[in-house]
Amino acid sequence: MAVSDASGPPKRTNASLLNDPQVRAILYQVLAVAGTALFIWYLASNTLENLERQQIASGFGFLEREAGFELSESPIAYSAADSYGRAMLAGLLNTFKVAVIGIVLATILGTVIGVARLSSNWLVAKLAAVYVESLRNLPLLLQLFLWYAVITESLPGPRQAMNPAPGVFLSNRGFKFPVPEAHPAFTFAAIAFVIAILLVFALSRWAKRRQDLTGQRFPVFQCAIAIIVGLPILAWLAGGAPTQLSVPELQGFNFRGGGNISPEFAALLFGLTTYTAAFIAEIVRSGILAVPRGQTEAARALGLQAGQNLRLVLLPQALRIIIPPTTSQYLNLTKNSSLAVAIGYPDLVAVGNTTLNQTGQALEAISIFMAVYLGISLAISAFMNWYNARIALKER
Amino acid sequence: MSQASNAAQVSETRLPDRKPPASTVGPLAWLRGNLFSTWYNSVLTILILLLLVQIVPPIVDWLLFSAVFGAVESEHCRGEGVGACYAFLHEKHRLILFGLYPYDQQWRPLIATLLAIALLAASCNRDYWKPWLAVAWAAGIVAMWVLMQGGVLGLEYVENTKWGGVPLTLGLSVVGLVVAFPLGIVLALGRRSQMPMIKTLCTVYIELIRGVPLITVLFMASVLLPLFLPRDITIDKLLRAQLGLILFASAYLAEVVRGGLQAIPSGQYEAADSLGLTYWQKTRLIILPQALKISIPPIVNTFIGFFKDTSLVVIIGLYDLLGAAKASLTDAAWRGFYQEAYLFIAVIYFVFCFSMSQYSQALERRLSVGDQR
Repeated sequence: MAVSDASGPPKRTNASLLNDPQVRAILYQVLAVAGTALFIWYLASNTLENLERQQIASGFGFLEREAGFELSESPIAYSAADSYGRAMLAGLLNTFKVAVIGIVLATILGTVIGVARLSSNWLVAKLAAVYVESLRNLPLLLQLFLWYAVITESLPGPRQAMNPAPGVFLSNRGFKFPVPEAHPAFTFAAIAFVIAILLVFALSRWAKRRQDLTGQRFPVFQCAIAIIVGLPILAWLAGGAPTQLSVPELQGFNFRGGGNISPEFAALLFGLTTYTAAFIAEIVRSGILAVPRGQTEAARALGLQAGQNLRLVLLPQALRIIIPPTTSQYLNLTKNSSLAVAIGYPDLVAVGNTTLNQTGQALEAISIFMAVYLGISLAISAFMNWYNARIALKER
Repeated sequence: MSQASNAAQVSETRLPDRKPPASTVGPLAWLRGNLFSTWYNSVLTILILLLLVQIVPPIVDWLLFSAVFGAVESEHCRGEGVGACYAFLHEKHRLILFGLYPYDQQWRPLIATLLAIALLAASCNRDYWKPWLAVAWAAGIVAMWVLMQGGVLGLEYVENTKWGGVPLTLGLSVVGLVVAFPLGIVLALGRRSQMPMIKTLCTVYIELIRGVPLITVLFMASVLLPLFLPRDITIDKLLRAQLGLILFASAYLAEVVRGGLQAIPSGQYEAADSLGLTYWQKTRLIILPQALKISIPPIVNTFIGFFKDTSLVVIIGLYDLLGAAKASLTDAAWRGFYQEAYLFIAVIYFVFCFSMSQYSQALERRLSVGDQR
């Protein structure tokens, strides 16, 4: 070391500075950044000029203005007199609604289909394979159009609605069903449900610590079910046990009262769920296949029961493979929910599109879409990185 | 001594013959092993068979026995218990397949489609993975464009707002992939670069595009692009959609190529460096040939997804296969035959996507043969 230090690096006095890799790297980067900046400046100046020429306002001030259009459904109170901002918020909540329910249902359906593809029953395995191959190889938008058409064109009108059970109506205006009348007891029950979940969480930690210390087992699962079911029922009883139902009734051309699942929501939810489930099924299948057979055999040799083997040996290893691609499927489902615009479900993109057409402020509307979806993506991928680090193989 | 104990073990009476072991071959054994192996499998099998008996005959009946064939008026399809209306497809198949393209000129999109399919099929053969294939693709795309657009060689000019159906779907996805592929390679190399600014630029682009739905990218291309450009430059709707699709596909392809780049052992990079190759020589001669080979199956999968995703151009008002099928349903005389229209294009999409995915799986198996020693 000392020798080479003394002689120093070979001086390339004759060589051009351009042949120095570091100088070049800096040069390339400066060029790339300058090029990008120039490109963006070019687009921005054009945009400003075009906006001025077409006399389109800019900025997010329009969010405060009155929207003037109705939404076919909204989880929050919304009317045409509300602002564009509130309409967008309602759209965002509609997106979340369909995405969250879709993710839960797609996970359940996908797991069932994935396990079914590995079934020893030939018929079950083949049916699952047919499901996966046919759903995966058709465009989602085509499936959505088909489900929407099936609901709106093949179901009867409200007057001839199918009535499979008292108070339940199935028509091309959607699925109507009785819901309990609003009552404080249901708020109590909801709070009790949250408390029950926290209690179960605490209980399982306590039981695990006790087992670590004393070796004694505690029937956590049974207790958890009892708490989660029992506590809300107790709260409902304590609140006076209201049993009033709001039953849908035919008035004029449509139903009044009761709960409603609109055809748009039903078609979108069904399409997203069945489509994503096909992809999740493949992920589950390959995850289970990836756990070597020796693991099951070793678990049995240790005396673990089949359920324990599944819970303590197979699943932890399979989930490590299953979860990262499944999260990206969740993300896909959330992004695909933007196809709602094609069948008229008022999600964020559909509401934003209407806003864009009314105000002409395309730049702002599209920035809102992109910011929201990017936010969701980044949040999910941050969660994924945390989770991956937690379950990654701890190697020494 | 030993003779006596041996003799005691000899039985005087003949034991009853054991039954032969259950057959492991033949249809009965197959049924037992695969459908009735345990009691719950038997229950499941019987339940499914009952369900199939309920479902399959009405579908077959709808498809074949009570279907209306031939060129008849739509009234014949409207009665109770009438099945599939093939008369609808007979009437509308040209519209669904070729969109609004002038009727007497539709041999041109037909040839363009066949040309694209032939090129795709030829590209599946690994013996043809030579430089001339790229030339053939370039020539093929130009030929398709000339055929569709016309205006030269005595072909009547057809403006691209009238393009539609299968050639539009194929064209958008094929051209999109061909242009996005080199972009994707550059982005992937950029994301793996040692230079922090270049790496940041590429990463931001890729994550930005992958983080948003395709529909917002298409909206951006169709609504914002005219704002971004000076007023004397106008781009038509088709080209804007194509640009949006290219932007979108390049980010996804970049991630696929990056996966291939990451799978190359670092010894390959070091060996290339120690041979004194420059960055571009190393990339072109050592790294990319290996990385691209590994990433071909996922590239085919990306292409399948992309092919399906081109259907989203319906939302910005182009008449691709799905858009043309929807358009065919707006004719008042033929309203309500959505099952026929959607099933027809579903078959077309399925044939393309399923054959590509089978090919990708076969390719994956064959390419990995050399690695599994």
